[in-house]
Amino acid sequence: MLALVSPALLVILALIVLPVGWLAWQSIYHDGFTLENYRRVFTEAIYSRSFALTFEISLAVTAIALLLGYPVAYLANSVPKGWSILILSLVVLPFWTSVLVRAYAWLALLQRTGVINQFLRYLDVISEPLALVHNTFGTVVATVHILLPFMVLPLYATMQKIPGDLMQAGASLGASPSLTFIRVFLPLSLPGVLAGCTMVFVLCLGFYITPELLGGGRTVMVSMLVSRNVELYNQFGAASAVAVVLLVSVLLIFFAVSRFISLDRILGHK
Amino acid sequence: MTRLSAARIVLYVISALVLVYLILPVLIIAPISFSSARFLTFPPPSFSLRWYQQYFANPAWMQATRVTLTVALMTVLIATPLGVAAAYAISQSKLRIMRLIHMMLLLPLVVPIIITAVGIFFVYAKVGLVATLPGLVLANVMLGLPYVIISVLAGLQSFDPAQEMVARSLGMNRLRSFFAVTLPQIKSSVAAGGIFAFISAMDETIVALFISGGQYQPLTKRMFTALRDEIDPTIAAISTLMTAASFLLVLLLASTRQKRGG
Repeated sequence: MLALVSPALLVILALIVLPVGWLAWQSIYHDGFTLENYRRVFTEAIYSRSFALTFEISLAVTAIALLLGYPVAYLANSVPKGWSILILSLVVLPFWTSVLVRAYAWLALLQRTGVINQFLRYLDVISEPLALVHNTFGTVVATVHILLPFMVLPLYATMQKIPGDLMQAGASLGASPSLTFIRVFLPLSLPGVLAGCTMVFVLCLGFYITPELLGGGRTVMVSMLVSRNVELYNQFGAASAVAVVLLVSVLLIFFAVSRFISLDRILGHK
Repeated sequence: MTRLSAARIVLYVISALVLVYLILPVLIIAPISFSSARFLTFPPPSFSLRWYQQYFANPAWMQATRVTLTVALMTVLIATPLGVAAAYAISQSKLRIMRLIHMMLLLPLVVPIIITAVGIFFVYAKVGLVATLPGLVLANVMLGLPYVIISVLAGLQSFDPAQEMVARSLGMNRLRSFFAVTLPQIKSSVAAGGIFAFISAMDETIVALFISGGQYQPLTKRMFTALRDEIDPTIAAISTLMTAASFLLVLLLASTRQKRGG
């Protein structure tokens, strides 16, 4: 059995374990051991600003995705089967378009001469085009769009398992629909909320294409810090240290969350 | 039974708006690609195929398309057998180390892709795989493996291993019994895993940005570079074709699922 699994394992070892190990090594070794790279990452403003911005954007994206995703998952869970299949199909439809294609679409929609600005000017709502893209706003709009399915699917899966009788029991005991929702349904859906939020937050921490194309150079997220240190400045040690800090943050989040819900639950929805 | 309360109406409206938000960007690209205008105007002034002509007449785009299709196809051909073998071993073996191996095989889903990309770039630079076709294929095999493994493991879960035991007790060896008894029953999961790996390789951008170059740049890398410079509607034409290809593959996937009959 080990022989059967070894070719796949070899690929994983050579192409992800070794490269990540290499990064870790490179971050502490350059003609001798050094913590200089980490000192820079933790003290220089350009790094701390980028980490802070990345966490803020990821928090905002997660919160917005939850606010938008919860009603959709709730609706999909409460309508007849045919409708819920339709709703979920619409949710996963964007999954099958490349992230790059969707970045292009958002540029087309949001830029100064884009569809939305033209429409708003046609309606005379605005006289000057709004700056909707090449900034943090555009990045967040497009990022939420890409990550929303990762929120809706675990939410829906969890809601599916909540027995409908519980709601009826609540109602029969005299609770109003909103009270039953808050006291019964909402708490029972929390594992799904946690799974969805974890996935969205972690994926957002490492986002690269969307902020690079829609951020207009001002929204420097951690992933862009890594790529710039490699491509523009040849600062391989610093790039590696940033990558290690990002990876450790991600693993710590997964570890912390895995104490409450199983990792399969977070990763298992595709 | 459900009375149309105010809360219910709010729920419908919010959900409808969210669904529009999800689908609008996917739908907006096709009209742009068929527009005659150099700059984005909506609705498009007149119908035109000029952006498709530009795409098909441009040798650089064509070369990139060949690279993308070659890489995606080779990725499927390598990742599928490796993934099926691994999933089979994981599901059959009772070794404790198998659980650890299983988790390691899913690492590509956990490690942020930018980190993987930079790490592979450093390793490839040492061994001379940067800007090569094998380098690109290998990286995509690694990224595609988890999809094959997850899909095949799900298929194996609903398969009764006793059937394979019967085949073996009737004198087939392990390999033959796998191909004669097990594989036919999980073939739709295998196909699904392969299609996932293909789509993953076709859409992969970030690793390609770091490790591809010269004549072996896939479509996504050229598109990314073009998008950073200026918005050229040729990209809309390519995007439309890529999206159509993805959707066709998903339909194919759905039809393999249907045939299984539940």
